[in-house]
Amino acid sequence: MTVSNTQSTFPPAPKNWLKRFSLPWGLTITYISIVLLLPVAALMLQAATLSPAEFWRLATDPIALSTYNITFGTAFFAAAINCVAGTATAWVLVRYDFPLKRVLDAVIDLPFALPTAVAGITLTTVYSEQGWIGSFLSPFGIRVSFTRLGVAVAMVFISVPFVVRSVQPVLQELDYTIEEAAWSLGASQWETCWRVVLPPLIPAILTGTTQAFARAVGEYGSVVLIAANIPYQDLIAPILVFQRLEQNDIAGATAIGTVLLLISLVLLLMVNLLQAWRQRHDG
Amino acid sequence: MTVEPKSTQSFAGGVKSHKGKEWGKIALIMAVVSYLGLVLLLPTLYVFIGAFSRGIAPFFATLIDPDFTQALSLTALAVAVAVPLNVVFGLCAAWVIARRRFRGRTLLLSIIDLPFSISPIVAGLMLVSLYGRNGLLGSVLQSLDIKVIFSFPAIALATMMGGMPFVAREVIPILEEVGTQEEEAAKTLGAGEWQIFWRVTLPSIRWGLFYGIILTTARAMGEYGAIAVVSSNLIGRTQTLTLYVEGAYRNYDSQSAFAASVVLAGLAGATLVIKELFERRIRIKDEEVSQ
Repeated sequence: MTVSNTQSTFPPAPKNWLKRFSLPWGLTITYISIVLLLPVAALMLQAATLSPAEFWRLATDPIALSTYNITFGTAFFAAAINCVAGTATAWVLVRYDFPLKRVLDAVIDLPFALPTAVAGITLTTVYSEQGWIGSFLSPFGIRVSFTRLGVAVAMVFISVPFVVRSVQPVLQELDYTIEEAAWSLGASQWETCWRVVLPPLIPAILTGTTQAFARAVGEYGSVVLIAANIPYQDLIAPILVFQRLEQNDIAGATAIGTVLLLISLVLLLMVNLLQAWRQRHDG
Repeated sequence: MTVEPKSTQSFAGGVKSHKGKEWGKIALIMAVVSYLGLVLLLPTLYVFIGAFSRGIAPFFATLIDPDFTQALSLTALAVAVAVPLNVVFGLCAAWVIARRRFRGRTLLLSIIDLPFSISPIVAGLMLVSLYGRNGLLGSVLQSLDIKVIFSFPAIALATMMGGMPFVAREVIPILEEVGTQEEEAAKTLGAGEWQIFWRVTLPSIRWGLFYGIILTTARAMGEYGAIAVVSSNLIGRTQTLTLYVEGAYRNYDSQSAFAASVVLAGLAGATLVIKELFERRIRIKDEEVSQ
């Protein structure tokens, strides 16, 4: 291999610039446009055909407001549970050794793989009053299936992996010697945990929790089956959109659907900002 | 992977704190196991109990039920259309994002992630507002006599949208880690673009790609909310497997619902097993490198 040969393989900048618009580029942009951007634009345009006053009226009618309330409240609750339990799970999986740990680690991803309709029917059955878990709760007067608590259970189920999978790699990378140093300086377990271990994990915990929240807000499949879907009681916003469509109320569905779309865009932005923060933290 | 807590003995008062730690450790493990057990394991286990509660015969009766086989073949068709397209797209997008530096790279990455955060119902609604009767392209499609909503094309599009990010998401980190050295070496040896892709790039990303394909397939088979919106849910015509599960359950035929669920859960289980094998392979490779 000669020197000239080597040089010829690194094309000058302009040629490279042209290559940016090569086959992969073209295919990527075309596919994204057809599958994603065009439908998003269509919904936005559909929403824009409504007058602002009409849009506001449809997006904030009492039923819609109550579904936002229930959706975000319950999703927040589910995300909070996953925030704490997910961090604990990541900690246990990284730091401890115990039998069947590998199985537990693999099981975390189940909600990603299991279709939400399947999750819905099985959660409903297990948490119903005659079910495996529900029958233990009903003597205490706790009903899960067909109540708002059931919505929360479904939302917890589908968002389990996010915090765990976000915290786990960071915890693995964490230098154990810093903890040793803290201990040797006389810090207690709790102090070490709060002051040494937790701070570097916070960006990862927040990213995972936000992702869990976003997923819970949009969830449909498992919730529609476990909830009674009664307005003001346990009806969530995505299901209201579906009901509006079934009633052929396209305008109503569009208005509430647009609100949901905008909220998921904001949440996505938040996740990206958190991830940028995390990279700065690492770097 | 695991960091052994070996240090407690090394300083004063180690024995006492070690004992406290053991109890804390056991309590924490128990808490995590019961949390995962109540939320994940028991419900998933119940899918299998529910399917076989009345023995093997009703389970197989569901599997040969024509409504079920129709739903299965429609789902398979949607997978057959959506997965290859998503794989080609995912490879292209991963290549563009990992190998090129351009303005808006992060934006492109966020757009690819969008299907993760959009509610499936909203995804379906977006397709309705594009292709529906009153939609953006509604009149055009009507004049051409093409039906999208309430028929297969919309089901395929919904499936494509849901599974879009997986391949790119799995392949990008690997492409970035592998770097460009080998590709450049191949280039200096006179290999063409396709040759480089097939002989150099593809072998190094094959496991990530494989896992991405598995995830896309799992997602495609399990797609539900968006399809529920765009499909008319006609039994034996536009009913996919997940719609079949829901329909059977609502008709108090939970036996059939759980039998169909076993088929879907089996794929979910296979996904996890493949992932585990894939990660074990990576771990062995990492250990070889570190030795």
